[in-house]
Amino acid sequence: MSIEVNSKNVNWVQNETIEDLLKRMKYTFPLVVVKINDKVVIKQDFPKVLIPDKSKINVIHMISGG
Amino acid sequence: MDKTKSEKIKKKLLDSSVGIAGLGGLGSNAAVALARAGIGKLVLVDFDLIERDNLNRQYYFLDQVGRAKVDALKGNIRRINPNINILIHNIKLNKGSMEKPFKDVDVIIEALDNAETKTAFIEEILLKLPDKPLVAASGVAGYGHSDRIKTNRYGNLYLCYDENAKSCDEDVLLAPRVALMANWEANLAVEIILGEDK
Repeated sequence: MSIEVNSKNVNWVQNETIEDLLKRMKYTFPLVVVKINDKVVIKQDFPKVLIPDKSKINVIHMISGG
Repeated sequence: MDKTKSEKIKKKLLDSSVGIAGLGGLGSNAAVALARAGIGKLVLVDFDLIERDNLNRQYYFLDQVGRAKVDALKGNIRRINPNINILIHNIKLNKGSMEKPFKDVDVIIEALDNAETKTAFIEEILLKLPDKPLVAASGVAGYGHSDRIKTNRYGNLYLCYDENAKSCDEDVLLAPRVALMANWEANLAVEIILGEDK
């Protein structure tokens, strides 16, 4: 029972939302794009979307400047 | 170099189009690199006017301060190559319709400044134009540390990334590093169009 977050193996937790996972991973930066199994999840769904076991998750952190 | 290879590359680039969201340090420099490389069509999107402070990194000139970035950049590119098809949109990209100017281009370059707009743009393009290659950049501020920049690929999203860079609210934006990232983005766009050089 594990998931992959930015290529790191992490325990899978039942009924965990994206918002919970970001907290658990201590990803405090506010501006991220999240993909679960290559599908984009829009930000407003972070508190709703549950993470399935064996998911591959990318948390992409955007930094200001350009 | 093999003449057939160079002719093939020239033709392929001429037949291709790239859309650029934001014409600041990233976008203006990426556009000029792509124009010099021979991309046939550029779609340029920005709503801003040129300020004097922009000149430390953006591809504009002192006598262009106060002008719209889209117009000035189009003029600058015309001076390099008058034959490029340049489509400009003097608009602010708003949530809900951000993908619109980019529907018909081969590759999109995200060259926006603040993280919130970057995130919203990437999210919207990935959702609405999932088959379109999107090149984005994160972590351009500061100087030095060129070797920390790398490309992360997530499906059709190619991210030029320095995860240890600070935000531009806490660090300087200077031409060498911003232009490095801009050219990194342009180089990725060329690679996507031509395929990996093996």
